[in-house]
Amino acid sequence: MTFFFQNVVNALQYGSFYALIALGYSMVYSILMLFNFAHGDIFMTGAYIGFGVATGLTVLAAAGTIVLPNWLILVLTILIAMFLTSMLGMLVERLGYRPLRDAPRASAAITGMMIGLILEYGNLLLLGPQRRSFPRLIQTVTYDVGGVILTNKKIMIVAVSMVLMYALHLFISRTRWGLAMRAMAFDHVVVPLMGVPINTIARLTFALGSALAAVAGIFFGLAYPVLDPYMGIVFGWKAFVAAILGGRGSVMGATIAGFMLGFIEIFVAMVFPSTLRDLIAYSIILGILVFRPHGLFGEAYSARLRL
Amino acid sequence: MRKGLLFVLALLVVGLALAPCAGAAPKVIKIGINAPLTGDIPKVGEESKYAAQMWLEDLKAAGGINVGGKKIPVEVIIEDNESKAESAVKAATKLIKQDEVLAIVGPQASKQAIPAGGVANENKTPLISPWSTNPDTTKDRPFVFRGCFLDPFQGPVVANFITEEFGFKKAAVLYDVASDYPKGLAEVFKAAWEKLHGAGSVVAYESFTTKDADFSSQLTKIIQAGAEVLFTPQYYNEVPLIVQQAHELGFKGPIVGSDSWGSPETTKLCGAECSGLFFSTHYAAAGATGATKAFIDRFQKAYGYEPADVAALTWDSLRIVQKAIESANLTGDIVKDRQAVRDAMAKIQEFEGITGKMTFTEEGDPIKCAVIVRISDKGEFEFYKSACP
Repeated sequence: MTFFFQNVVNALQYGSFYALIALGYSMVYSILMLFNFAHGDIFMTGAYIGFGVATGLTVLAAAGTIVLPNWLILVLTILIAMFLTSMLGMLVERLGYRPLRDAPRASAAITGMMIGLILEYGNLLLLGPQRRSFPRLIQTVTYDVGGVILTNKKIMIVAVSMVLMYALHLFISRTRWGLAMRAMAFDHVVVPLMGVPINTIARLTFALGSALAAVAGIFFGLAYPVLDPYMGIVFGWKAFVAAILGGRGSVMGATIAGFMLGFIEIFVAMVFPSTLRDLIAYSIILGILVFRPHGLFGEAYSARLRL
Repeated sequence: MRKGLLFVLALLVVGLALAPCAGAAPKVIKIGINAPLTGDIPKVGEESKYAAQMWLEDLKAAGGINVGGKKIPVEVIIEDNESKAESAVKAATKLIKQDEVLAIVGPQASKQAIPAGGVANENKTPLISPWSTNPDTTKDRPFVFRGCFLDPFQGPVVANFITEEFGFKKAAVLYDVASDYPKGLAEVFKAAWEKLHGAGSVVAYESFTTKDADFSSQLTKIIQAGAEVLFTPQYYNEVPLIVQQAHELGFKGPIVGSDSWGSPETTKLCGAECSGLFFSTHYAAAGATGATKAFIDRFQKAYGYEPADVAALTWDSLRIVQKAIESANLTGDIVKDRQAVRDAMAKIQEFEGITGKMTFTEEGDPIKCAVIVRISDKGEFEFYKSACP
C-alpha cells in the first residue's frame, strides 16, 4: 500500500509540470486558434532564466553584497523569471505570430517550431553545450509518513502549482481581463469589432502561459537539477498531448489532463516493465481520444476558453 | 583532327599531374576526428578535441610522422557528430569521401561508433573508437578498432567487485533502453550477477528513455524489490538525477556505475550526493604515475582541468594510429595506404599506452585492465582497486 501511495506522490509532482505547461498551450489555442509549438522551449528558457537569476542572487548573497536567505532567493527567482519569461512570450507573439494571424495555420505551426529551434540554439550559442546545475536553493528535508517518503520540495512544487492554477482560474472567471479572454475565445472575429483589443488579449495570453511555463521550469530545475538546451522538446510534446487530452481551450481540462498524464506514466511504469512505459501510456491516451476525440472537456467544433 | 589533338593534350596534362605522385609517399597525412562537440555529451567532445590538439602539437614539433625515414606533416580534421547516430554517419562519410583521411579516430559513444564504424568498414578506412565499449562496434569489421575494453568485460568486473566488497546478493539495474551503451552493459551485468547469485538475484531490472528526468516510479519499484545495490551504467547528465532521486526516495545502498561516469561533470553536477560511490573505468587521474601523470599534468596546464578517461583514451588511440602509420608502407595511393595502415594496426603488440598495455585481438579489441574508482568526499576520482581479466 505504501508502494501505491509513494507512486501517487511521485505522480503528483510529475503531473504538476505537465499541467503548468499544458495550460499555456490550451489558453493560446482558445484565443488565437493556434498551437504555440515553441511553448516547450519557452519552458526551457524559463528554467534557464531562473537558473541565471538564482545563480546571480546566490553569488551576491554569498559575497555579502545583499542579505538574502535562500527562501527569499527562491521567491525572487520565481517572480523575476515569471516576469522575464512573459516578456519573452509577448515578444514571440509580436514577432512570430501576429504577422501570421491571417495566414494559413500551418504557417503558424512551422513558425512555432522555428522559434523553438532559435531558442534552443540561441541558448547553445550563449551558454555553450555544457549541462547546467540548478542551484540547490532548498535544503532537502525528507519526511516519512507511514512509509511514504515525502520531501519539502515535492510538497512545495505540488502546492504552489495548484495555487497558481487556482489563481489563473480566478483571473479568468472573475476579472474584466478574464472576461475579455473568454469573449475573444468565443468569437475572435466579432468580439474585436465590439472594441475588445485583440492584440492586447493575445499578448496577455502569451504572457500568462509563459509565466506559468517559467514556474514549471524553475520547479523542474529544483526537482531535476540538470538543465540542458533540449530539455523542453520531449517535455513540451507531452504537455501538448495533455492539452489535447484535456480538450483544446479548456483550462480545467489542461490541468486535470496534465496530472492525469503524470499518473498514467508513473502507474504504467509501476505495473508494467518500465521499458514499455511510453508505449503503453500513450496507447491508453490514444484509446481515450478514440472515444472522446475532443478531449475530456472539449466540445465539438468549438475551442472556447472554458473553466 | 582537332579533337584528337585535344585528347592527346588532355592525356599529357593528366599524366603530368599524376606523375610525381606515383610510387611516392603522400605529401600530407590527414587524420579525421569524429567527436560529439555539441549534443548530449559535449564535454566528451571537448576533451577529444584537446587530446587531438596536444597530439598535433607534438607532431608539429617533431616535423611530422616518421614514415620510412621521411617526415610527413599531419593534418587533423575534426567533425562534430552532435552526439547523434545519423550525424556520426554523415561526419564519417565526409571524412572518408571528401577529406580523404587516412584513418579516423572516434566516434566516442557506442551509439555513434556502431553506425559510423559500419561506414568506415564499408569504405575500407581504418577507424579506431577510443571510448566505445559495445561489442558491435568492432564485430565482423576488420577495419574498426577500439582503444578501450568491452562492455562484457566491465559487467563481470563490477559484479565481482560488488560481491567481494559488500557481500550483497540482491542487485537492481536502472538503464536507458534507447541508448546502445547502457543497454548493452545492463544486459551483461545482469547475466554476470545472475551467474554469481542465481536466477532472480537481479530483483529489479528497470529502464527509461533518453531525456527522461523523472525516475521516481522505477526507483520506487527498485526500493520495493529490496535491492541492496543499484547498478546504473548511465552518462554524467543522468547520474546526478538518478542518485539524488534515489536518496530522496530513501534508497540507502551503494550506487555503482561504469566508465561513462568518469567525467569531471559528474561530480560538478552531482555535488556531495555522489561522494562515496564507485564505478569501473579505464584509468584514474588521482594516483597516476609515469607517462599517465605526464599526460594529465600537461593537459591540466593547457586546458585548466583534469582530463577524464576519454581524453586519455583518445590520446592512446591517436598514438596507436601514429604507430601503425609509422610501420606501414605508404604509397600515396589512399586506397592502398588505408589497407596498409589497417594491417599494421592489427599487428600491434604490447602497445604501451597511458591507460595500460594493449594488444589487439582478432576483432580489433585490446586486452587490458580495468580500474575501480571511488568518488571521494571532495569529488575526486580516487583509484580504489585494479581488476584484470
